[in-house]
Amino acid sequence: MGVFSVASAPLKLGKRVATSRLVESLVTPNPIERYVELFDPGWARDDVRAEIVAVVHQTSRSVTLTLRPNANWRGFSAGQHVGVGVRVDGVLHTRMYSPASSALRDDGLIELTVSEHSGGTVSRHLIQNARRGMVVPLTQAEGEFVLPSPRPGSVLLISGGSGITPVMSMLRTLCDENDQRPITFLHYARTPADQLYAEVLDELAENHGNLRVLTAFTRAPGGNVNGRFSMRHLKAAGVGPGCETFACGPGSLVEAVESVWSKHAIKTPLHVERFTPPPPVKITAKPRGKLLFARSGLAVKNSGESILTQAEAAGLRPTSGCRMGICHTCIVRVDAGSVRHLHTGEVKDVAGETVQICVNAPVGDVAIEL
Amino acid sequence: MAQTAKTKTTTKAGAKVKTGAKAKTAATDPKQLKLTPAQIEAFGKEMDALRERVLDDLGKQDVDYIRKVMDAQRGLEIGGRGLLFLSFIPPAWIAGTIALSLSKILDNMEIGHNVMHGQYDWTHEPSLSSERFEWDNTCPAEHWRYSHNYRHHTLTNVLGEDRDIGYGILRMSEDQPWHPYYLGNALYAFLLMTFFEYGVALHDLEVEKIVAGETTFADNREKLDRIWKKVRKQALKDYLLFPALSGPMFPLVFAGNFTANIARNVWAFMIIFCGHFPEGTEEFTREQIENETRGQWYHRQILGSANLTGGKLFHILTGNLSHQIEHHLFPDLPAHRYADIAVEVREACARYGIPYNAGPLHKQFGSVVKKIIRLSLP
Repeated sequence: MGVFSVASAPLKLGKRVATSRLVESLVTPNPIERYVELFDPGWARDDVRAEIVAVVHQTSRSVTLTLRPNANWRGFSAGQHVGVGVRVDGVLHTRMYSPASSALRDDGLIELTVSEHSGGTVSRHLIQNARRGMVVPLTQAEGEFVLPSPRPGSVLLISGGSGITPVMSMLRTLCDENDQRPITFLHYARTPADQLYAEVLDELAENHGNLRVLTAFTRAPGGNVNGRFSMRHLKAAGVGPGCETFACGPGSLVEAVESVWSKHAIKTPLHVERFTPPPPVKITAKPRGKLLFARSGLAVKNSGESILTQAEAAGLRPTSGCRMGICHTCIVRVDAGSVRHLHTGEVKDVAGETVQICVNAPVGDVAIEL
Repeated sequence: MAQTAKTKTTTKAGAKVKTGAKAKTAATDPKQLKLTPAQIEAFGKEMDALRERVLDDLGKQDVDYIRKVMDAQRGLEIGGRGLLFLSFIPPAWIAGTIALSLSKILDNMEIGHNVMHGQYDWTHEPSLSSERFEWDNTCPAEHWRYSHNYRHHTLTNVLGEDRDIGYGILRMSEDQPWHPYYLGNALYAFLLMTFFEYGVALHDLEVEKIVAGETTFADNREKLDRIWKKVRKQALKDYLLFPALSGPMFPLVFAGNFTANIARNVWAFMIIFCGHFPEGTEEFTREQIENETRGQWYHRQILGSANLTGGKLFHILTGNLSHQIEHHLFPDLPAHRYADIAVEVREACARYGIPYNAGPLHKQFGSVVKKIIRLSLP
């Protein structure tokens, strides 16, 4: 990394200079990053950016990246996720990934494991193209799927496929804390060749007597338990009083865990996180869903007309111009949902992106910053 | 609509022809008669299809292109300002001033103007976002996006709506009633050219409405504050901080920065005025654009715009506004695509018999100057 990224004394001065009012006045109207990036593309005044410092392929369908975030990174709690910006054919996509590294890692690096899933252009791009030295934009960590403090009497971590990453972070953090309380790690992979972190888990189990690792393969023989999650598996893993369970994986696994909990009226706390993309939007002839104007707290039934028309019908007065999709005056951020372009008919999931509201109509439920 | 009920056109020979009636229009330009509403819509469909094809093709090459231009701009800026610090060597002052002028031209034309149009919004890159971009110009980006992207681009050449027609101070159309004030038309145009960035900054303020008593300065407080803030920042950088940092070179750096700003102003003025005012371009009335269809809108954009011919570097320095016709058809497609798009637009125009106005800079600007002088008289 370059001159501004390490927080030693002379370089702190460098940051002070780079963010001073004088320098800001000299580079106006451009952001200072536009010039500093010549020396250090990872530096930013406010934004989090990270340099990829290691790239490892644990399996053929995944990539494990070690990232060095810049000084704006505020760290994370084990189990949280971060948004990673990935450029695919000129377009910057932001995807959420959970660090799999310990939250207490003293070199400040974070490790992400990205697995390929069907239709995932971003994950496939990262698996094929991530290289050391690349700089990617990051968001600060967020998410409620975290270990409670103080730590529970015992912990059961259940994961499936790429859902291993947040619970891996919890496990590594607990091991770094040298906590002697019992931990059980129950992981589901399709086949042994698909299993992530197998060696790391073996090593941790060797060094930590309080850790028990159980593996299950859903499409291959072998493993400590057989088939998919059931009460039998839970009994093998054991869930005593004072235990808290964290489960993360595809919808099917999380639902199986939840149904065992409710069917057997299990009282110990269960925390879950799903690692699946949102279901594809249903395109129907008749407009469906609700259009929620998040800022004004209004919701209307989707009429199928442009978001601008519907906003105006609801009494809002969003800024707009040409009303024909050319002037970009009316762009607004969408919090969640998909839209259909009224000229091309193209339907796109635009969560977290801006859209021209004069030429886009909601498809299904949409929440927008109006 | 726009294609038939024209109020005025000017022949290539420069003769003034007032044509209120349809019959006269047809006599002036017989090709116009051939375009039926169905043809106009068919033409519009072709333009839509062309737009879709380019949109589908957008990708890394477009980002690479604009990044390359931004790198060049940054290099020219840093190099130019660096050389100006060595102003005691006269060639360094000249080279520095040229580099800084080019930097400002690239920033305003190929980068700023185009990014603020949303030409790169599809990339989702914060540094290429029309919402966030600010340019090296006294006009606040937010004001520009409204008066330019919306008013000028949607209501192109519509008298009383498109403030690019004379910027509220010039008489650029026969349909603007003459007033003795316009005896100074050429002088005002010269001043506007020299201080163009301030003209653009005040563009959105609609000073003439304030003068006419329709609005007051107080009504425009917020806009004025924004403009003043931007003007101050730009002036502080170019006329105080950089000169002061050079110590004894203060006056030379000041002069270099001033010259670069003026050079950018003159260049931008020339290119922009060549976009809509050479002989042969048309103006429209509010009535003409009522219930305008998409096809008619495309048609009007072509009739109201004119291209400049030239080499690749020339096109880049004009921000590809030399392809004004294509820019007006597709204002939010990346401008470096216009050269290729122009081949198809020109071919389609020839097929439909739609006039396609293009010429070299000296010819187009010459005709603009003539028009400015001519219109200073009744």
